[in-house]
Amino acid sequence: MADGSGAGAVDPGALLSLGDIDKNFGPVQALTGVNLDVPAAQVTALLGDNGAGKSVLVKIISGIHAPDGGQIHWEGRAVHFRTPKDATALGINTVFQDLALCDNLDIVQNMFLGRERRQVGLLLDEDDMEKAAAATLASLSVTTVRSIRQPVASLSGGQRQSVAVARAVMWNSKLVIMDEPTAALGVAQTRMVLDLIKRLADKGLAVLVISHNLNDVFEVADRVAVLYLGRLVAQGPAAGFDRQSVVELMTTGASSRVVAASQAAAAGLEG
Amino acid sequence: MSDVKEGAPPPLEAEPEALTEAAATRAELAVAPEIVAGSLGEYLRAWVARIKAGESGVLPVIVGLIVIAVIFQSQNANFLTAGNLVNLLVQGAAITLLGLGEVFALLLGEIDLSIGFVAGVAGVIAAQLVAFPHNWPWWAAVGVAILVTAVIGLVQGTIITRLGLPSFVVTLAGLLGFQGVMLMMVGQGGTVPIASDVINDFANGNMTVGAGWVVTALLILGYAALTWWRDQRRRASGLVAPPASLTLLKIAAVAVAGVALVLICNANRGLLVPIQGVPWVVLIVLGVLAAWSVLLGRTRFGRYVYAIGGNAEATRRSGVNLARIRTAAFILCSLTAGIAGIVYASRLRSVSTNLDGGTLVLYAVAAAVIGGTSLFGGRGKPLHAVLGGIVIAAIANGMGLLGMAAATQLIVTALVLLAAVTIDAVARRGRTPTGMH
Repeated sequence: MADGSGAGAVDPGALLSLGDIDKNFGPVQALTGVNLDVPAAQVTALLGDNGAGKSVLVKIISGIHAPDGGQIHWEGRAVHFRTPKDATALGINTVFQDLALCDNLDIVQNMFLGRERRQVGLLLDEDDMEKAAAATLASLSVTTVRSIRQPVASLSGGQRQSVAVARAVMWNSKLVIMDEPTAALGVAQTRMVLDLIKRLADKGLAVLVISHNLNDVFEVADRVAVLYLGRLVAQGPAAGFDRQSVVELMTTGASSRVVAASQAAAAGLEG
Repeated sequence: MSDVKEGAPPPLEAEPEALTEAAATRAELAVAPEIVAGSLGEYLRAWVARIKAGESGVLPVIVGLIVIAVIFQSQNANFLTAGNLVNLLVQGAAITLLGLGEVFALLLGEIDLSIGFVAGVAGVIAAQLVAFPHNWPWWAAVGVAILVTAVIGLVQGTIITRLGLPSFVVTLAGLLGFQGVMLMMVGQGGTVPIASDVINDFANGNMTVGAGWVVTALLILGYAALTWWRDQRRRASGLVAPPASLTLLKIAAVAVAGVALVLICNANRGLLVPIQGVPWVVLIVLGVLAAWSVLLGRTRFGRYVYAIGGNAEATRRSGVNLARIRTAAFILCSLTAGIAGIVYASRLRSVSTNLDGGTLVLYAVAAAVIGGTSLFGGRGKPLHAVLGGIVIAAIANGMGLLGMAAATQLIVTALVLLAAVTIDAVARRGRTPTGMH
């Protein structure tokens, strides 16, 4: 479990704990000994420059890639994901950057895509699905859409993001991973999505947000983790970081400004 | 009414969506009118707004039909006679059925060019199986013919989906290959007559006057009961539903159309001996239309066909087996073509080497597109193929009545097709996501 340095110890209280995750693609070492804790009811921001390994790490958590080394613990149990379905079955849902919505289908149809409910017989149970979709959207306070029977093509970027999130959380989700959720959004819509992220954490879900936007990160994140060239160089409560230290960590892998507690987690991995 | 539908102001309204006035209006326009309207008046206003925005549904094709009828009727008083109208429906049946098949391919954003000659193959198989020396009963011959077309669809669909080849090329090969197969099967004589009265009656026989009324009454009552019950239940549980007056209006429209159809068909259109009654082929087309409408609109399979046409990658990530759905769609496309081929052969009481599957398939695509199905995938309905098929049949029939040359017919059909595609493209432009700018 731990790598012997003591710094890689898995926090038993975290919903998801990654221990010493290695991943390489041929000669390219994408991740090296990554330890990451994602606690429930908190927003964890995963930061890193391009090529730092954020996407690979997310793909490992969502079951798309299998790690070459290390362990994944889910609610304290060691787990192995062979396919994305294994991760989904545990309650890990990913909202991809492109949202993966069908523009020609309406909100209800998109939220249930691939998991449609049926009446006795083969016909779809539209009434039941519409009620469930409305309840989920209402619980997330997504109320700006005029009708949940409008095609997704007619929604704004923020509303589309909301639909994608609602789809992710309506299946007994415990961890929602969001890849650059605000990248394509205007100011007001970014606000709407950030509020939504906070509400998810308030509802007890773990949220792992990947973002380049430090404003957004400091706005919503309870915890911050920084990847640099495939290594996790720092993680800890967001209060232990400031903008400058995060930039230094993202670009150089170290920062003189990081508070001791945060850097401690990373120290053992540096060698 | 649910909170969501009301667009309830609270929490987020303090920070409204960054929609400009224009974008908000556009988003509103893209919504089906019945889901933003609480009353008939509102519905009509929303509907007018959508038409102005190019979101007109089947309206263009209905208007087109009326224009065509007025033009031809003013030139030749025979156009709107009962006899000619029934004739027109029977003439258009084969292309309409082919269009009903093509809709499956178009919804996926694919195309099936082979179905014209696949229809021909089905016609030959049915004709030969009921003839000497096989002498099969009509239902077995028809069943085997349709089964063979389903297998053809399976083979082509499998090549397209498993090998990842473009449907255009695979079915182009099918167009050439199955023409060869058909010619080979017809053989030296050049014509295979159909030796079964039942099969010949598909396109040439009529129901009795009484039967026409009974069937129509049952269909209208069934439609009315189902529609009313469903909308009423949705209204009662606060789901998105059209106002009661609109439901009644829809039912009334269907009832009027049904009664008009039976009145026209039941009028005596014979010159020497009385001929009257609803042609069986009308019932066949309606049956296929109803079956495919339910399949595409109310089942998982149909939902996935639309989803793949809209965003195949998103559908794949949702855990849908794309290859299976696509292959099934090609099977249904081919199978419907088989039905069309038997109807086509039935009308001529024979299959001959003159069958031009290349032209038939292009008319089938034209029928679906004229009716409002998008060539880009994800948008369209079986009903579109039927309406478009009637338009094409009306043009051919009317031009024939006026004694115009085939050349003129082709040019006019081309212009109508072009107009329909233009309407589709404009509507599509009006649909681009409003929030992405």
